[in-house]
Amino acid sequence: MIELTKLTLAQARDALRDKTISSVELTRAFLAAIETANPHLNAYVLPVPDHALALAQASDRRIAAGTARPLEGLPLGNKDLFCTNGIRTTACSRILDGFTPTYESTVGQNLWDAGAVMLGKLNNDEFAMGSSNETSCFGPVVNPWRRTRNGALDNAKLVPGGSSGGSSAAVAADLCLAATATDTGGSIRQPAAITGTVGIKPTYGRCSRWGIVAFASSLDQAGPIAKTVRDAAIMLRHMASHDPKDSTSVDVAVPDYEREIGRGVRGLRVGIPREYRIEGMSKEAEATWQKGIDWLKAAGASVHDISLPHTKYALPAYYIVAPAECSSNLARYDGVRYGLRVPGKDLLETYENTRAAGFGKEVRRRVLIGTYVLSAGYYDAYYLKAQKVRTLIKRDFDDAWNTVDVILTPTTPSPAFAHGEKSGDPLAMYLEDIFTVTVNMAGLPGISVPAGLSSEGTPMGLQLIGKPFDEPTLFRVAQVIEDAAGRFSVPLKWWA
Amino acid sequence: MVVDAATVKRIARLARIKVTPEEAKSLEGELSGILDWVAMLDEVDTSGVEPMTRVVPISLKQRPDVVTDGGIADDVTQNAPEVQDHFFVVPKVVE
Repeated sequence: MIELTKLTLAQARDALRDKTISSVELTRAFLAAIETANPHLNAYVLPVPDHALALAQASDRRIAAGTARPLEGLPLGNKDLFCTNGIRTTACSRILDGFTPTYESTVGQNLWDAGAVMLGKLNNDEFAMGSSNETSCFGPVVNPWRRTRNGALDNAKLVPGGSSGGSSAAVAADLCLAATATDTGGSIRQPAAITGTVGIKPTYGRCSRWGIVAFASSLDQAGPIAKTVRDAAIMLRHMASHDPKDSTSVDVAVPDYEREIGRGVRGLRVGIPREYRIEGMSKEAEATWQKGIDWLKAAGASVHDISLPHTKYALPAYYIVAPAECSSNLARYDGVRYGLRVPGKDLLETYENTRAAGFGKEVRRRVLIGTYVLSAGYYDAYYLKAQKVRTLIKRDFDDAWNTVDVILTPTTPSPAFAHGEKSGDPLAMYLEDIFTVTVNMAGLPGISVPAGLSSEGTPMGLQLIGKPFDEPTLFRVAQVIEDAAGRFSVPLKWWA
Repeated sequence: MVVDAATVKRIARLARIKVTPEEAKSLEGELSGILDWVAMLDEVDTSGVEPMTRVVPISLKQRPDVVTDGGIADDVTQNAPEVQDHFFVVPKVVE
């Protein structure tokens, strides 16, 4: 019998259907794994064993009664950015200390309505601001992968990426079958790439943002992190929906993405953007990219050089748009309606004390940048300018779609780095998102698929970028890469 | 240096975040560094370019102007630090 926590989501689904395992057995296996691993990895900020077991029992009754739903009894992790009814939700910020929502996010509700079991809330960078999961008020997450040095595992703790670092670490360490995540500038794809997992950020508007703690509303999208391309396809189908409670959610039917698996890429035109060959990209990232090109050619796709001329402006434009929107969104944390309050001599000082104590360093920095660029006299020079540049970035992609169907790039310039390696330098950290952020700026779907290991033995990912609502093509192409590259599992569960 | 000490103080006040003099000092450098870097956008000719307002070309949906929610004062005030009879309690604002 295979170790239960090692099953993929699709395998677990089939085993539950065949009644070779029960949801309670499976859920217990994950809860035990979490108990062992969490003191070392810090992936979960709030495991909810009683809640999970109650759901698993209900799922087993449904399976026995023949009324199983599509995700019946499948244990998942839920990023702490998703509000959970009656279960603490903090976005990993002190300012939401003790906040217990009285409602469920739409994406979460969709998953639970499909029968999934929630194991707990997953760690993330505070308010999803970060690329290493080091800014969480619950402390950093540890990547289950370690570097190999001279044939032995190195003890240095690596970051799991961010902001969805709890999601990526939990999936890579077999602490859930799959997890919810969110992506504002790369927060699903970058952590997926450096933990050997699959992560997809769908088209803006594909998943409802309702009930997800807001960071930058014109960029935020939910999506899954999973063990395989098929699992990601299953997850996204049940996360996505049109939602009247989110006016930017799009009224387009959700396809059965799983059907795309195995359709191949024969005749598909793949674009390779020359502007992504940046200075500072590691040799390994470049070599992985070339392997991806060769795999897709071998599978019958044609490969074309393309140009996305405004690529280099995406990251600076993002660091105007995202802080501006975050400074507006985070204005709601005033110590009056929820969360932390640090009293002052008057109301103004109560606000100032509360926000100084409640927000971490990176969040304060971004709120201040956002406040600056939106302040009187600067709006046109910064925010308006950045939104115009955004139009040009989107136009680059629109032009590309005249000649190609999908675009292939590395997901990150380099593999996982160590704790503390970049946390002192905001600009170095921001560069982690250099290949992913363009996709958010243009609202397009992007998926990261594991493609190989670095010379240090840590995972590297490839990113596929698609046309709006063309997630089906991304799943087709991603599966071809997964078939060629194989899957990458943590070689040793050193925490167990 | 785009941002000086007085500017840090001004925007911190606008953002309602208390900063200590030491923090203000290090923020001067950090914020200036980020703003110097984003100034790269000045290279881009955006004359005649419309700002992006939405990423997918949909028009915002409308619904009938009727009440669809309400009567949940308990829920709304449940997480507040201080509440009295469904009112949020704040320090005295008007003398």
